[in-house]
Amino acid sequence: MPHPMSPLSIRAYTATSALGRGLDAHADALLASRGGLTPNDFSSASLDCWIGRVAGLEDEPLPPELAEWECRNNRLAWLALRQDHFIDAVRDARERYGASRVAVLLGTSTSSIGATEEGYRRLDHGRMPEDLHRPVLHTPHSLAGFVAAVFDLEGPCLTVATACSSSAKVFGNAERMIRLGLIDAAVVGGTDTLCDSVLFGFNSLELVSGEPCRPFDANRSGISIGEAAGFALLERATESTSGPLLIGYGEASDAHHMSTPHPEGLGAEIALRDALARAGVEAGDVDYINLHGTASQKNDEVEAALVARNFPASTRASSTKGFTGHTLGAAGILEAVITLLTMRDGRIPGNLGTTTPDPLCGPQMAWTGEQGNVRIALSNSFGFGGNNACLAFAHEGEPA
Amino acid sequence: MSAALTVWVKGIGVWAPGAADWDAFCEIAAGRAGAAAEARPMADVLPPNERRRAPESVLLAAAVAGQAVRMSGVDAATLPCVFASAHGDQTITDYMCATLAGTPTELSPTKFHNSVHNAPAGYWTIATHCHASSSAVSGGETTFGAGLLEAATLAVADDRDVLLASYDIAGAGPLGEMTATTGPFAVALVLSPHADAAAIRLDVTPAPGNSGSQPTGNAWLDDVAASNPSAQAIPLVHALALARTTALRIPAAHELDLHVDVGVDT
Repeated sequence: MPHPMSPLSIRAYTATSALGRGLDAHADALLASRGGLTPNDFSSASLDCWIGRVAGLEDEPLPPELAEWECRNNRLAWLALRQDHFIDAVRDARERYGASRVAVLLGTSTSSIGATEEGYRRLDHGRMPEDLHRPVLHTPHSLAGFVAAVFDLEGPCLTVATACSSSAKVFGNAERMIRLGLIDAAVVGGTDTLCDSVLFGFNSLELVSGEPCRPFDANRSGISIGEAAGFALLERATESTSGPLLIGYGEASDAHHMSTPHPEGLGAEIALRDALARAGVEAGDVDYINLHGTASQKNDEVEAALVARNFPASTRASSTKGFTGHTLGAAGILEAVITLLTMRDGRIPGNLGTTTPDPLCGPQMAWTGEQGNVRIALSNSFGFGGNNACLAFAHEGEPA
Repeated sequence: MSAALTVWVKGIGVWAPGAADWDAFCEIAAGRAGAAAEARPMADVLPPNERRRAPESVLLAAAVAGQAVRMSGVDAATLPCVFASAHGDQTITDYMCATLAGTPTELSPTKFHNSVHNAPAGYWTIATHCHASSSAVSGGETTFGAGLLEAATLAVADDRDVLLASYDIAGAGPLGEMTATTGPFAVALVLSPHADAAAIRLDVTPAPGNSGSQPTGNAWLDDVAASNPSAQAIPLVHALALARTTALRIPAAHELDLHVDVGVDT
């Protein structure tokens, strides 16, 4: 069992998804129960499903000095970075600590593979077309390399690509490096954009729904894929720190199957237990859990039981994938940001899309939006390959 | 300059074209043997049916991880693991992109679930019944150094032994021209935060700047080192093979090296 950790200060945070650009767009959509899923108009060939697409990306190229990095995924990252004064916060940290003392630790599942796919659609005599002769794009590290270049940072720079837990696990990477004095601050988060690989890939596994996803519905029929980018700036908490805190995290493996979760949620439960132990809190202290809740048959079955057996009814829980779709490698940071918004605003988002609750669900489920004072909250992220992560956050001033 | 991370190397695994395991590699490094014919990586940790079907990246990563864990004597079931690769399984990525460009609805579900960057971590944890944390990371051209920093950080921060496996395979198709990886190579290390008189000690310190690669002077080793990003481990693995006290620098990010003091108790 891990030891309790010293909380980290979340100096700035932001997200951009199908719900809009930045924190207030998300807060407004969640309050109004206004989802962002639309019929698929993205894939290169027809596919009958719903997607969470970020509007307007096509019209927002990267600035000329960053043109080498041009692709949909880095565009979305750049769009997200420009919200909520996030760029200013990172530049301030770089100024205070130095370029080599700020790390870039980002999660993604497919990074800029959309650009590689595009190259293969219009090969030039069997080779990548000239305009896509940019090796920095054709690697999973494209996103982290791009963000480090944006801020001219020279600290540790790592991509975590553990499928749907990617951008949750990076909070753990940052905590370890800060605790050991390797760095003073870290830009964490991640970005994943719509691409054929995931739309046709999940379709090949028969996991994609033909209708907007319905997490934890008895009649759920699969996932809706979305795209998102989100970022947080982490530093040591001091007495003068204001804002929310990262108080714990847990990471564990199912050791069961590549594409279905452990039937009893073993890895998920270890991740949960470790997150609570690092945070030094009990399950009963948790006010809200943002669930992984993908609307796949197996994930929701396992996660519903996990919540029902571990938490009192006073803990409220919901999946927000009915709003945004499953944003895969970006789900960890997007849902961490939504969790921080529940604390900021005292509003618990409803579990959009569900009409007939799965009877496996306990009384913890917030089927519709609620008012509530959220002091301690969790965010679950479970990925392919049985890769599980759970994050624990506290409102400013908690825990004492 | 940050404080050093100190870890002891309790287990090592290597697969290079012409050196199928650590013993074979040591013989070549010491000049007692030449490179042998290339042999299929022996991933005997995987169950036979998985071994037959596994993609090259999984075989390679599982083969070196298995060697390192066996040497360490540590129980893999309790060992957190970090799998590092610059480009993952490029053969599958090439297949995926080619299929998506032509007949996307015919994409193979098996190829898709094997295409995720954490496929080796997934297969490894399943085969070893490991419920500890597992990660799959990339650091582009500096993947080996970035993975070493992450694994040493995890070992010291959580006071636990950690498995690092870094692997890359040869590029394929139009993608292969972009990644410029010319051959497969993998290395695995079991790193312990606890002093071990029988093990070589590494003091790992992040240091600003990139000082460039250091040739070993052995033509075969230097060719392997240039073949893919994971093979940037060669100078370190060479020093471990010769069990020689030395200092070297390993690139870990843009403008960031790891200064590594390799210490051998005599």
